[in-house]
Amino acid sequence: MVAQDAHAHAAPQGFIRKYIFSLDHKVIGIQYILLALTAVFVGMFLSLLMRIHMIWPTAVLPLVGEIKPETYLSLLTMHGTIMVFFVLTTAPQGGFGNYFLPIQIGAPDMAFPVLNMLSFWTTFVAFVVMLAAFFVTGGAPLHGWTGYAPLSALQSAGPGEQLGADLWITSIAIFCIASLMGALNFITTTLDLRAKGMTMMRMPLTVWAWFITAILGLLAFGVLLSAGILLLLDRNLGTSFYVPLVVVNGQVMGHKGGSPLLWQHLFWFFGHPEVYIAILPGMGVASQLLSTFARKPIFGYKAMVYAIMAIGILGFVVWGHHMFMSGMSPYSAFAFSIMTMAIGVPSAIKTFNWLGTIYKSRVRFHTPMLYAIGFVSLFVSGGLSGPFLAQPVLDIPLHDTAFVVAHFHLIMGVAAIFGMFAATYYWFPKMFGRMMNERWGRIHFVLTLIGTYSIFMPMHYLGMAAQPRRYSQFTEVAYLSNLMPLNRFITYAAFITIGAQFIFVINLFWSMFKGPKASDNPWEATTLEWTTATPPPHDNFGGHTPVVYHGPYEYGVPGAPKDYVMQTDPAGVAAH
Amino acid sequence: MSQADLTMGGRPAGLTAGPAFSVPAKKMAMWLFIIADTATFAACLVAYGFIRNATPNWPRPFHSITNVAIMTFILVTSSLTMLIGVRAARAGDKAGALRWTFITAAAGILFALLHVREWLALIAEGMTLFKNPWGTGLFGSAFFSITGLHLTHVTGGVIALIVVGIRYKGSRYNADDLEILGLYWHFVDMVWMFVVPLVYLLNLAH
Repeated sequence: MVAQDAHAHAAPQGFIRKYIFSLDHKVIGIQYILLALTAVFVGMFLSLLMRIHMIWPTAVLPLVGEIKPETYLSLLTMHGTIMVFFVLTTAPQGGFGNYFLPIQIGAPDMAFPVLNMLSFWTTFVAFVVMLAAFFVTGGAPLHGWTGYAPLSALQSAGPGEQLGADLWITSIAIFCIASLMGALNFITTTLDLRAKGMTMMRMPLTVWAWFITAILGLLAFGVLLSAGILLLLDRNLGTSFYVPLVVVNGQVMGHKGGSPLLWQHLFWFFGHPEVYIAILPGMGVASQLLSTFARKPIFGYKAMVYAIMAIGILGFVVWGHHMFMSGMSPYSAFAFSIMTMAIGVPSAIKTFNWLGTIYKSRVRFHTPMLYAIGFVSLFVSGGLSGPFLAQPVLDIPLHDTAFVVAHFHLIMGVAAIFGMFAATYYWFPKMFGRMMNERWGRIHFVLTLIGTYSIFMPMHYLGMAAQPRRYSQFTEVAYLSNLMPLNRFITYAAFITIGAQFIFVINLFWSMFKGPKASDNPWEATTLEWTTATPPPHDNFGGHTPVVYHGPYEYGVPGAPKDYVMQTDPAGVAAH
Repeated sequence: MSQADLTMGGRPAGLTAGPAFSVPAKKMAMWLFIIADTATFAACLVAYGFIRNATPNWPRPFHSITNVAIMTFILVTSSLTMLIGVRAARAGDKAGALRWTFITAAAGILFALLHVREWLALIAEGMTLFKNPWGTGLFGSAFFSITGLHLTHVTGGVIALIVVGIRYKGSRYNADDLEILGLYWHFVDMVWMFVVPLVYLLNLAH
């Protein structure tokens, strides 16, 4: 029961076992990242089509043709679903978490390598099923990523609500199973496979974030799985869990007695923790990078850990704030509102600690650091509209407008994406043994930061001016005509921002083969992944198990020979 | 790929030195699975409570608790036989452990058969997923969904008991694996303890 278990599986031979059905968490992590990279381009392309349609509603586009109102709703649904599930849930946790969680705790692999492989390939199947919804009769579903019943529960509710919606729900259910397997693996690995000396309070904050995210996933995805199966029963076997007596096109449907609110409760009980599943890993990466590049210990390590836990716990008791519009009792709404605003406390603790970390430091402005700072910026900008939307009185007028779109895109969309960019630029040298191009990285950062702010900041204003969300066309609406210049501006900004992402992709693949060789520890960081070879060997540490003597943020230690102390450094510097 | 078996190639804990969490990985994974599965069942039961409260004149068609009492007795007893089996395995009594494991599986099969008989009787009375002779069709939806989910778990458990039993006989699995499977079996039993009052007793005719 000791270190020889490190060799539970030998390095595989042959292309398929090595790169396709690999048991190596590093390969699986990269597979997840590539899946998410594919998905993010699909999702981005869909959003561009929506933006084009908003300002040129009659345009006939190559490949797509004319965008009809139902096409627009399909685009919206698939954009949201693909981005939330296959990008924001997949890359930070499945991708980077898979690659670096075992290395950062000094483990040779995940606790269950086969399960790990299965969860990736199950996710892959879910993605294929999701994409298939585009190509069946009727096309992709119309019900938004939230899948509200009864629209999502009736085959006759619209063209996309036939086979497309069945595929959509099936894909979500498969994804739930994949995420549950992943969450189980992450938690077990973190608790059971830490190296000697790696106490819980010596874990890097990235590991804490992945760990808490996994716990959220374990508790949330099971509920969505149940909800999705009941929805499939409603659609195909005639039950009425979510469907009251409804009339579609003058025809009385066979359903009776169900409650659309039930779906909303079950969905958002999953859905709110889901937004923390998307953002927590980004918080972990930001903490890690701010400390590393500011050359200072993270400000308030324990406070950061407790704040992550508090966010995770509170995330399960606030789902009602997505449902203020449903006519819920004002007393319930009040309770949900208070709990929601309480999340502001741990969020503010984190923000102040990030600022405290870089306060009076000599920051090294490498590209990953720029993205970490960008993450904090977007987290604050997107977060500040949170307390507004947390109050029923303000949420009811703002809820169905572009204001909410602006809010959640800034905080759980772009901020989480910035976390992924930061992670990519930071860990690329370890993953591929080469450095990414710094100059193009900075250009990419500046364009993306300005671009995303140009897209989403004006949307707050559009929302306050009552521009509705999910409407396919408002060029004909008189009171919105004055807003068209702003809408045009947003679309142009979207073009530029999406264009800038090609810089990133080219930089990524060019650097993979042509970038300058990276040393084992190019950023002079302290955590375990920087103690091993680049790229790490099959068992991560080349046959030995590291021993940990320090916390993860020993920078600027007085009396130490260098300005940082590796976690594995046995030298007797006073440990945190 | 010798690890592509039911244990997913899990390795025991122990890389962490000192008084860390000494729950082996496989057992920990089972506990975590039980937590996730609890959320799945809880969602179904909450959904049932939600629609039951929202529906006036919810039907209460059950007239007797005899059948469900027998089923409950069998399932609870099977938890006991599972315990005896694990204890035999811990004591090194391989034949005994195997015997009690298979007795547990047999009890599971008996439970499933009684359950299916009950389903068939209700179907014969005209109950389906979406309609029944006593009132709102949601009763059938909830009843078949919740008991169906539980029955699926029992069936999976019976298969696992047989497979793990055979492999235990062939010494591919040990007492720990039997104990971990026992955790699952007790969990299925535990869920039934929620299903009985909520789905059966609450719907007993006055």
